[in-house]
Amino acid sequence: MMTDLTSLKISEARDALRKGEVTSVELTEACLKAIDAADALGAFVHKTPEVALGQAKSADDRIKAGDAPDLCGIPLGIKDLFCTKGVPSQAASAILDGFRPEYESTVTSQLFGAGAVMLGKLNMDEFAMGSSNETSTYGNAINPWRRGNDDTALTPGGSSGGSASAVAADLCLGATGTDTGGSIRQPAAFTGITGIKPTYGRCSRWGIVAFASSLDQAGPMTKDVRDAAIMLEAMCGHDPKDSTSADLAVPNFEAMLTGDIRGKTIGIPREYTMDGMPDEIETLWSEGRRMLQDAGATLRDISLPHTKYALPAYYVIAPAEASSNLARYDGVRYGHRAKLAQGDGIAEMYEKTRAEGFGPEVQRRVMVGTYVLSAGFYDAYYNRARKVRTLIKKDFEDVFAQGVDAILTPATPSAAFELGKQHSDPVEMYLNDVFTVTVNLAGLPGISVPTGLDRQGLPLGLQLIGRPWEEGDLLNTAYVLEQAAGFVAKPSQWW
Amino acid sequence: MSIDIETAARVAKLARIRVEDDALPALAQEFSNILGFIEQLNEVDVEGVEPMVSVEPMRLKRRQDGVTEGGMQDKVLANAPDAREGFFAVPKVVE
Repeated sequence: MMTDLTSLKISEARDALRKGEVTSVELTEACLKAIDAADALGAFVHKTPEVALGQAKSADDRIKAGDAPDLCGIPLGIKDLFCTKGVPSQAASAILDGFRPEYESTVTSQLFGAGAVMLGKLNMDEFAMGSSNETSTYGNAINPWRRGNDDTALTPGGSSGGSASAVAADLCLGATGTDTGGSIRQPAAFTGITGIKPTYGRCSRWGIVAFASSLDQAGPMTKDVRDAAIMLEAMCGHDPKDSTSADLAVPNFEAMLTGDIRGKTIGIPREYTMDGMPDEIETLWSEGRRMLQDAGATLRDISLPHTKYALPAYYVIAPAEASSNLARYDGVRYGHRAKLAQGDGIAEMYEKTRAEGFGPEVQRRVMVGTYVLSAGFYDAYYNRARKVRTLIKKDFEDVFAQGVDAILTPATPSAAFELGKQHSDPVEMYLNDVFTVTVNLAGLPGISVPTGLDRQGLPLGLQLIGRPWEEGDLLNTAYVLEQAAGFVAKPSQWW
Repeated sequence: MSIDIETAARVAKLARIRVEDDALPALAQEFSNILGFIEQLNEVDVEGVEPMVSVEPMRLKRRQDGVTEGGMQDKVLANAPDAREGFFAVPKVVE
């Protein structure tokens, strides 16, 4: 009998389950206990122990019967953005208070079909809009990592902050995330875990609360690259209910982790060197270059000339799409409706409901989106941003056409920062996504891998960007980086 | 570009979000900051560039034009703040 079940990786738990060394019920109970002891992290916001134990019992029956897919019996956390049938799913927004979907998102239904166990719903920024998990109606999620003995509360990043915190603190074996501008990769980097955003179209978006539909993708957040490969495979696949989901075969990603990247060409984009970037990030990046080179890859300096314009383009396109997507929250069909005064009509109902239900950052983005789509400004802002997006994608196409297999960059411009520090200027918060947002605009797969600690003992990550649909190859390169970096540090438990 | 208070009020109205008058100056300032950031896009030469429609060139799938699901009025209404007699209920719209 293993002592610390919650710290198992998915691959280890899978093997132990199949050998009969542990049951899913035991694993699940261990996680539920860890979750109950970790309320200080604010990671799990809706706990579902009854659902979990029911699923775990069924998983144990399946394993006994010899029908055990990789995820059978594995306890996971699910980001609150995923609609889960009969279980609160409110995108961390007060406007969806009380909403219990009558349906299951495609991604969670695939995970549960494979036997995975849902421990509960995870904290996040409201409607996935944020980079610090501070816009949530549930309150902050907290990073299990601290700066040495300093007990200052740090952000786990965002928007998938609860997912990152829960995986890093060993409350679950893996978690779902979503990534519109960096919301899987930045929190993964801030908490010393692995997170991959697949190619746009790999995972069905059906049943995931929409933020910016042309950018949103789901992906796994896990303890290592192998687990990311296992979980991603179960999440991917064509879905007739999402017309943008790709009808392509999903490879066995885990089998593609050969550890051999000899002869691969890794691009190093000069535009990702930023003024004022901490020297620790520079060092991390150059260490990563050396590791890939030592493994037999060739490094090549490349240029992605429109990188600088990615964030401004994103802050036109994402709010524009959000303003359309969030129009559905009108107090009629689900969630919150404001109390109306005598004589209030339907316009007052909409305006009061949305003012009460949306937090400040969501209101700001909906209104910015409304503005850039409004008559007279559509061409100047929205169409211009879409043209710049074409150019950003072409930057990547050009380097891939020149034989580059993957691109190595820092994942974030800093380590995890203090909660409550970056509120004064929304634009400053947006800069967190400077290295990740290009990948969403270009629809490419990107993965964040922890490769080191800063001098205060906080994890730092590197990002690898791959060619479209080549997640298997990308995961293998990430696997090599992971092996070379040998990152094994864990936060010490204070919660 | 600087956003004035009237524009901020108009955008709030278009977005159907109630913003009290005393909150409008701060909102206008925030819009101005964000739009100032966005205006870097004017530096890019986009002459002859097609605006992106779909990030991966994919032909949208078609399906049979047939009924797939339906007949679940109770489920559709289950989450409504106010549902009566099989309908969503809202304040009176026409006099």
